[in-house]
Amino acid sequence: MPWNRRNLIAIEELSRAEIEQIHATTAAFKKILQRSVKKVPALRGKTIVNLFFEPSTRTRIAFEMAAKRLSADVISFDAAASSTTKGETLRDTAQNIQALNADLIVLRHSAAGSPLYLSRLLNIPVINAGDGAHEHPTQALLDTFTMKEHLGALKGRKVVILGDILFSRVARSNIWALTKLEADVTLVGPSTLVPHWFTDLGVKVSHDLKSALADAEVVMLLRIQHERQASSHFPSLGEYTSMFGLNKTRASWLNPKAIIMHPGPINRGVEIDSDLADSNRSVILEQVSNGIAVRMAALYLCSGGQPEAVLTTA
Amino acid sequence: MSLLWITNARVIDPAAKRNARGNLFIADGRFVAGFSAGQKKSAKKIDARGLVACPGLVDIHVHLREPGQTHKETIQTGSCAAAAGGFTTVVCMPNTSPVADNAGTIEYIHNAIEHDAVVHVHPTGCITVGQKGEQLAPTGSLKRAGVVAITDDGHCVQNNELMRCAVEYAKMFDLPVMDHCQDEAMTQNAAMNEGVMSTRLGLRGWPHAAEDVIVSRNVILSTYTGAHIHLQHISSKYSVDIIRRAKGRGVRITAEATPHHLALTEAALVGYDPNFKMNPPLRTEEDRRALIEGLRDGTIDCVATDHAPHTDYEKDKEFDYAPFGVIGLETALPVVLDVLHRQGKFSLPDVIALMTHKPARLLNLPGGTLAADAVADVTLFDPDEKWLYDAEAGFSKSGNSPWHRQTLTGRVKTTIVSGRVVYDGQKIVT
Repeated sequence: MPWNRRNLIAIEELSRAEIEQIHATTAAFKKILQRSVKKVPALRGKTIVNLFFEPSTRTRIAFEMAAKRLSADVISFDAAASSTTKGETLRDTAQNIQALNADLIVLRHSAAGSPLYLSRLLNIPVINAGDGAHEHPTQALLDTFTMKEHLGALKGRKVVILGDILFSRVARSNIWALTKLEADVTLVGPSTLVPHWFTDLGVKVSHDLKSALADAEVVMLLRIQHERQASSHFPSLGEYTSMFGLNKTRASWLNPKAIIMHPGPINRGVEIDSDLADSNRSVILEQVSNGIAVRMAALYLCSGGQPEAVLTTA
Repeated sequence: MSLLWITNARVIDPAAKRNARGNLFIADGRFVAGFSAGQKKSAKKIDARGLVACPGLVDIHVHLREPGQTHKETIQTGSCAAAAGGFTTVVCMPNTSPVADNAGTIEYIHNAIEHDAVVHVHPTGCITVGQKGEQLAPTGSLKRAGVVAITDDGHCVQNNELMRCAVEYAKMFDLPVMDHCQDEAMTQNAAMNEGVMSTRLGLRGWPHAAEDVIVSRNVILSTYTGAHIHLQHISSKYSVDIIRRAKGRGVRITAEATPHHLALTEAALVGYDPNFKMNPPLRTEEDRRALIEGLRDGTIDCVATDHAPHTDYEKDKEFDYAPFGVIGLETALPVVLDVLHRQGKFSLPDVIALMTHKPARLLNLPGGTLAADAVADVTLFDPDEKWLYDAEAGFSKSGNSPWHRQTLTGRVKTTIVSGRVVYDGQKIVT
């Protein structure tokens, strides 16, 4: 099946087959990254602009490395040092970058829907690197890719997403990806951060940690996002940790082979005990490494590349 | 003597319970019972065959943006949009720049109305100084300067004691208080209705409870003080229920609903188009149906547009950053005919009543009837004509309409203000 999307905006709009195509392409790029020469000429002569209006460590570096491994020229834009501080709008900024001959834009923005808005405005591809509390598609693609490496097919597998779901784009993208891959998903956290509306997306909602963690094969922790919270959705970080933080006792409720995931940045001692984050059940750093191959796949496919071409070279 | 004779119209005047084919006779800007043979010879005639003739439409909630935001709209352009939409009387909100919280600003607005307006425009004044919700504006001076109501529209007085004093004080002047019902703490950074759609779109939710608590507050204060409080742009099913029960007890509460809340739901937000971003936000199908039923049984008193112009460069941006509001004067009649008459099975007179004498009566405005001696404001419209609405080609200075490039059914053909044709179906006649 040929790949025919030029934008990667949201997992919600992808089919299961498309998610699997990205995973297959990711696997091929991951093999290439294990060679002594890690670079391929797939995007030679192309210019990729990382348009980041919000702080980022992992996503931004992973997109930059991915572009370089594909031999593209990459420019990273820092909103704080740009004309946006002079009041230039997203629309004008993006149109100027297109006029400067960029071939693809990777956008991170605090406003939900902004990548869709840009994709309608521009005639170059747009990849969403996180838009407000809406979606973070490449994160969910790397998360599900990592889960598949450990568990195989995800159908019927019990996955718990624990933490601040309301304000999390990672949660939303993972909900879409995991339900399309037929995993059994339960969202857990305080009732103010895990509203019942989520059940409409095809997942379970629970506020009881013990029953939710029982026999789960994956637990994905989410950071408590102080920066997105308008007001107090829970009494204190201390109370959050005592009610919902993952510690050794609670981790013992999981399936013995369960993996612990976190998209980062982690708040050690808040959503997860420091020891657990570093334990052999934690795949947090594997997620980060897989982030490069996933972004290579995203950049490659949205630039017009076809999965078969990589699958045969790898 | 200036004489105008409208013939062959289907004349609908809900206030006078008139609904029959007939004539309208206008002499020197007022309706008269009939013309003499001589007058019939000299009168200018309009053949309204196939058209409905109704009292000029009345909109008690528009933003004309003057003074201070004339890049969005002016009293001139806004009143032209009103005329093109069949409105002959509009009530403009005081959240201008500066806000209309003193008699001097009202006088400025009156001067602009006198020079520029093509329809009747009545200003409102603020409830509080600077619309800051801290100190009462000089309500008596505002009344003397000619405001027809006070409101902090766009903001809602959060302090219950201040609101109680405001309504108690305004009651002394028989001045209605219009309230924009929104609990601010519950809607911080909110962009759309809270629910499944806001969950999907990742936009900050705005619960209907934020409207309901203020509607309840206002019912309580109206009960306690006996003051008339008018609830602006009701959007929630639960609020409709609160109002219905209050009216059942005889509380002096009135309410309006906008065409966009009657016609659209949050489902329209799927593409993050800021032309569907308004305050209060579009809600669910259940809420929409409750508003229609509220209009049917009189719980909601009238339709008002909340015409809120913003330029393309203000609206065309990230959804979170775009301002709230849509224009509505030029589309209200066809949209309301569609929702209430064709889909909702309201009779034409019932629909017209919601846009003429009922809103006029709420604020004690003249107009809203075709009875002899009344000011001759008339709208002639074809309820069945289909037309393509192009917001950019409209009369408003702004084009932020959810109905841009849509085919609408029902079209205003002539608008008459004080016996003079101001809109002829194509252009403003000056």
